[in-house]
Amino acid sequence: MPRLVSHPDEVKIISRRFGQGAEKIDRYIELGGYESVKKCLAQTPDWIINEMKASNLRGRGGAGFSTGMKWSFVPKQSAKPKYVLVNGDESEPGTCKDHLIFLHDPHSVIEGTIIAGLAIGAKLGFIYLRGEYRYLLRIVEKAVADAYERGFLGKGIFGTQADFDIITQTGAGAYEVGEESALMESLEGKRGIPRIKPPFPAVVGLYGGPTIINNAETIATVPHIFAMGAEAYSAVGTPRNGGTRLFCLSGHVERPGVYELPMGYNLKKMIYEVGGGIRGGRKLKAVVPGGSSTPVLLPEEIENLGMDFDQVGKAGSMLGSGGVVVIDDQTCIVEFALRTISFYQHESCGWCIPCREGTDWLKKSLKRFHAGFGTASDIDNIRYLAENMLGRTFCPLGDAAAMPTAAFVKKFRKEFEDHLDGKPCPYAKEGVPQLTVV
Amino acid sequence: MADVTFTVDGKKLTAPAGTLLIEACRKAGIEIPSFCYYPGLSLQAACRMCLVRMAKVPKLQTACTTAVAEGQEFITNSPEIEQARKAMTELLLGNHPLDCPVCDAGGECELQDMTFKYGAGETFYAEAKNHREEQQWSPAVFYDRPRCILCYRCIRVCGEGMDVWALGIENRGSRSVIAPNQGNRLDCEQCGMCIDICPVGALTSGTYRYKTRPWEMHHVTTVCTHCADGCKVTLGLRQVDGAAEIIRSDNRDKSGMNNDFLCAKGRFGFDFAGSEQRLSMPLVRNAAGKLEPATWEDALRVAATRLTEIRGARGGSAIGVIGSNRTTNEENYLLQKFARTVLNTNNIDHERTTDYAAFARALAGQKGKTAGLRDVAFAPAVLLIGGNPTDEHPLLAWALRTDARLSKARLYVANASPIKLERQAKATLRVAAGGYKDLPAQLEKGESDFAKAVLAEESLVVVFGEEFRGADVANLVAWGLKRGNVTFAYLGDHSNSRGAADMGLLPDLLPGYVPLGQPAGFSEYEGLPTAPGKDLRQMLDAAGKGELGALLVMGANPVAKRGLDPAALKNTFVVALDIFLTETAEFADVVFPAASLYEKSGTVTNAFGDVQLVRKGADRAGVKSDFEILVRLAGEMGANIKALVPFGKTAVMGDLGQSRGVQSGEADRHAVWLAANGLEPRLSPFDPFAAFDEIVRLVPGYDLDRLNLLSGNDVRAEIGAAPGSALSTTDAIAPAHDGLFTSGTLGRYSKALKDIQEHQERELLESAAD
Amino acid sequence: MSPKNMKEEPLTIFSPQLSARFDALVQKYPVKRSALIPMLLYAQDEVGYLSDAVVADVARRIGITELDVRSVASYYSMLRFKPAGKYNIQVCTNICCMLRGGYELFDRFREELGVEHKGITPDGLFSLEEVECIGACSWAPAIQVNYDFHDELDPDRVPGILDSYRSQAKAEGEAHA
Ligand SMILES: Cc1cc2nc3c(=O)[nH]c(=O)nc-3n(C[C@H](O)[C@H](O)[C@H](O)COP(=O)(O)O)c2cc1C
Ligand code: SF4
Ligand code: FES
Repeated sequence: MPRLVSHPDEVKIISRRFGQGAEKIDRYIELGGYESVKKCLAQTPDWIINEMKASNLRGRGGAGFSTGMKWSFVPKQSAKPKYVLVNGDESEPGTCKDHLIFLHDPHSVIEGTIIAGLAIGAKLGFIYLRGEYRYLLRIVEKAVADAYERGFLGKGIFGTQADFDIITQTGAGAYEVGEESALMESLEGKRGIPRIKPPFPAVVGLYGGPTIINNAETIATVPHIFAMGAEAYSAVGTPRNGGTRLFCLSGHVERPGVYELPMGYNLKKMIYEVGGGIRGGRKLKAVVPGGSSTPVLLPEEIENLGMDFDQVGKAGSMLGSGGVVVIDDQTCIVEFALRTISFYQHESCGWCIPCREGTDWLKKSLKRFHAGFGTASDIDNIRYLAENMLGRTFCPLGDAAAMPTAAFVKKFRKEFEDHLDGKPCPYAKEGVPQLTVV
Repeated sequence: MADVTFTVDGKKLTAPAGTLLIEACRKAGIEIPSFCYYPGLSLQAACRMCLVRMAKVPKLQTACTTAVAEGQEFITNSPEIEQARKAMTELLLGNHPLDCPVCDAGGECELQDMTFKYGAGETFYAEAKNHREEQQWSPAVFYDRPRCILCYRCIRVCGEGMDVWALGIENRGSRSVIAPNQGNRLDCEQCGMCIDICPVGALTSGTYRYKTRPWEMHHVTTVCTHCADGCKVTLGLRQVDGAAEIIRSDNRDKSGMNNDFLCAKGRFGFDFAGSEQRLSMPLVRNAAGKLEPATWEDALRVAATRLTEIRGARGGSAIGVIGSNRTTNEENYLLQKFARTVLNTNNIDHERTTDYAAFARALAGQKGKTAGLRDVAFAPAVLLIGGNPTDEHPLLAWALRTDARLSKARLYVANASPIKLERQAKATLRVAAGGYKDLPAQLEKGESDFAKAVLAEESLVVVFGEEFRGADVANLVAWGLKRGNVTFAYLGDHSNSRGAADMGLLPDLLPGYVPLGQPAGFSEYEGLPTAPGKDLRQMLDAAGKGELGALLVMGANPVAKRGLDPAALKNTFVVALDIFLTETAEFADVVFPAASLYEKSGTVTNAFGDVQLVRKGADRAGVKSDFEILVRLAGEMGANIKALVPFGKTAVMGDLGQSRGVQSGEADRHAVWLAANGLEPRLSPFDPFAAFDEIVRLVPGYDLDRLNLLSGNDVRAEIGAAPGSALSTTDAIAPAHDGLFTSGTLGRYSKALKDIQEHQERELLESAAD
Repeated sequence: MSPKNMKEEPLTIFSPQLSARFDALVQKYPVKRSALIPMLLYAQDEVGYLSDAVVADVARRIGITELDVRSVASYYSMLRFKPAGKYNIQVCTNICCMLRGGYELFDRFREELGVEHKGITPDGLFSLEEVECIGACSWAPAIQVNYDFHDELDPDRVPGILDSYRSQAKAEGEAHA
């Protein structure tokens, strides 16, 4: 069972009910649950969407798109049914926050999904969990069943005229399926190949109907926004970055864990105070701020870095999915880059040339390079490859592989050079570096 | 759609709104490279070769998915785009085996071309390439994964184009492979479309692989000899021992009615031509009753002497002639003229696969009421009655599917049993067994939803086949003619079945279905017998009773087809012209080795009345075209060759009918006609185009668009051009119903088709055992 | 083409419970095919892997071709076409787990079990797999045994984990007998 942590700097909004038995519907209600959806049932869709816009909530899946704005793109009239699709595929290395939400507070996802449905005029929502989260799927399925039993789902929810259904779905091991259009394909029982855009899901999505797709944390946040008021929620964060988010602190910190901190919280403080500093009193070498696809940052780059979408973007990286991976000075960056690219190579769907071939070659080159058989030109070749994938792939997975790789080479060129001329990896634990890669 | 104006590389272009940028550019001569984009198939945007810069958009865009709109600006030619294309080819080549020197596609490979044009000459990959063993999926199809660039064209053409869906993709990422539907075997229609559409050498043909280099072949485009749809095929030929051998048949010249399409027979079934069993010398039955090789002179002499004797002793009516469904129009025309004017008999027929004579009569005097294959392919609505085009008319099936898929055409299927094309149908009607003939009345009543939908169509092409004969054809046609805006296509079975009927291989009709009693232009035939002759069955019956003195069979196999007891022919002098020692030829007294359709020139007419040019491609030692054999035989019989084949110079004015024409004093009509049309006379009596000229001059409905025909296009023949006539039996009709891998007697000599057939039977057994 | 519809409907290869669950699943979604991936996963849980019979049965239930099923199934890394051990040990070695000893953990499993990546112990009890991130990054290093998570591990806990599954198997075996 994942350990819950806490820190005085935390502002507990989403995680407020964690560890309190709120996976049981009675307890959830006791803790104020299902009040927001009742509030929304008495309001118009436009009101809900305007509140969402006012909350300045930005998508927690990675791209940070305004949630209220996304909902407003769904056409009011549609010949085909509309859908809400909750993205619980959580597969970006470094990210394990949706895990806790499903474990401790599944009803918040259900409640958020109903509200999203009210906002866009959908009568059916899907909650898609990655296949590995089978034990969480059982918890969510139980929560859904309980909600049906109470009349919170189904025909005439909460005694009103409104109908809403939720169907749970499981994946079976594929990172790419987290991409919104590939997610829809997977939900339709197909290979997780992304779709050509336009049309965008808000117009033509699941089964051809207008669909909004939101990350599980985004959706779980929705009821809290209506509970505390959009203004109050927005006020917690920084301008244009409303509220808090679950940061998944991992790697070489003393106290890894998932912490709920206000948007804009200082990264250095997050590592040294919230996380208790670098493990074993070592020095910080680098930090990956938002999941493995985000470009690595150097210690000097995080001094005054506030963790919101805009500030991290300005610093040349991305806030991403909230996975903060801390790397100490005893770590080999080449190995780290190799493990990162191995993941993307393994997960590339294979549809487009630059991603399929690019990730394969990057992995092969880095593997050979790390094993000590590299040449000076390899360093530039690796960068050339990464740069030639950037912006040219079918979906952002290619970028997710290329961006961090380019950053590793650029920021740690010296360390790459240290691997040359048959020299053993300077950070290898015992003599010759060896590495099995999936 | 309204036109929009946009800019590409500073040039203003105009195209209908919504046109794909890649198409708009290609039309304007701006080349945008692509692998995965293929016109008519679903969009992929996977290969990323077509990336272009669009103004005000941060990322490069794929030209294959960008629909043009007013005022857009694109750049397709800049260092940035060049680099993108170069990088894409570099990435592809990284894992590509670069075994071009031994690859079938070497020299005709899109990856090679793309690398040459846009790629880089160097590689910086030091790692080992991913390897996988080659797989044989069927006798026809091999797959070499390392060469595959995963453009998914094969999957799409098989699924979307063929509606077979036998190919898929397995695994993910760089381990992705194209996979056939039966694990490592392919259970499908074996059309080989996947091979044709593969831009590289990943999918190769069982009959062609490792045979040659593309540039060592020369190519001749001609018409497939198998079914009655008439696909244009390109033969790849190689000189071997002074002869030209066919080593490949494909559809690289996509200018035919078949566009992208070719079926298994067209693609793989050419190998009969190179079979060891081909006849290469004339055979004559010796005193001991055995067939033995003979010289052409001897064989011709024996045949001519006996035929002349029999004609002299018992009259022309003691001789029968059976023609072919696969010989050219010119040969068929010559055969009936030879029969009628040299042998003096109307006992001439062929294995009729459908009742074209009834169709001609039903349409007598009508123009423009038949639908060519192109008309069917682009028709907004088609009513398909009976048959199973998927098996028997693969190109028609392709055309109907494509029409429904890309043009949203409405297909109506009325059939006694379920057929695959019903998947494309807007409505289907199950017809009771034997109930086809009631269909016109049923439709007219308009009671069923099916009939209502059909009647609601503004225009309609009605496609039907041998289920309708005689009066039933007349009924159906009459129904359509009454409705107006209805055209017809009437399906026969072999590559020139229609041509055989059109050219008058019928006992009571002259070419163009001209009644014997009113021979019109054919009155110039010397000694044309006027009484109708025997049809095929009557001839065979007569032979059985010992009443037929001689039988000349050209490219037909009645013994096998009719299950004839060969003893029935023992009192008849039989002359056979064939490419194999068929069951019929085996019992002949003289056998002449004939050239196949791939070894001669002329024209053929498909079931739809589309006439196409046949070009000589292959060359086979020892054989002669049926045309030449007939001319030589006539010569040996002392006939006036100039009257049989209009060749050589004749003084138009000076000739007062001595050499041609029955009415003396009349000028040589052919020469006059040639002069009037600005045509030169043919120099050789063996030139089939001499007969072609006469066909154009004399046969109603065959006043063909010569220029178009000779430049390789299909042109239309009209079937209803002659006035109607009473017709003899319709029960002589024996449809062939060849399937995807059979082709009458001919098909039995194709090893490739046999292998495919066996493979498919095995698949069927195994899947039934599952 | 080939008249394959002559085949008789085969009896299902799944247990009555799973069969009933599948009957419900194919009705549950707006489109039948949406049930495909869950069905494959549940079928694998029961049968152990996606045998030809599983593929055929699922294809028939959804009304798609076996090729379609294979195309989809081979895309997802949790689905397999060969048997695994009764307990499939999946060790995450992705970055966060790697930083906190994922490889050492994996090595220890290799030693204890005597098998490599994707190997199965001779008794069929365990199989070992190195996997990508399993969503336990803040509690690294982590593993999954079938669907159970074990997190904040170190190599010395490996024998204990294995023992607990051995006893579980034994208990099950006895309960069965
Ligand atoms: C390769 C790739 C993988 C992704 N994986 C996930 C994921 O596991 N979970 C998620 O919520 N979003 C993921 N996303 C982002 C989604 O496409 C989508 O933007 C998100 O679910 C929208 O939700 P939000 O607006 O609430 O952030 C992924 C995107 C890409 C390109
Ligand atoms: S086999 Fe040929 S057509 Fe098919 S995906 Fe591979 S390269 Fe493309
Ligand atoms: S890196 Fe191991 S669980 Fe995420």
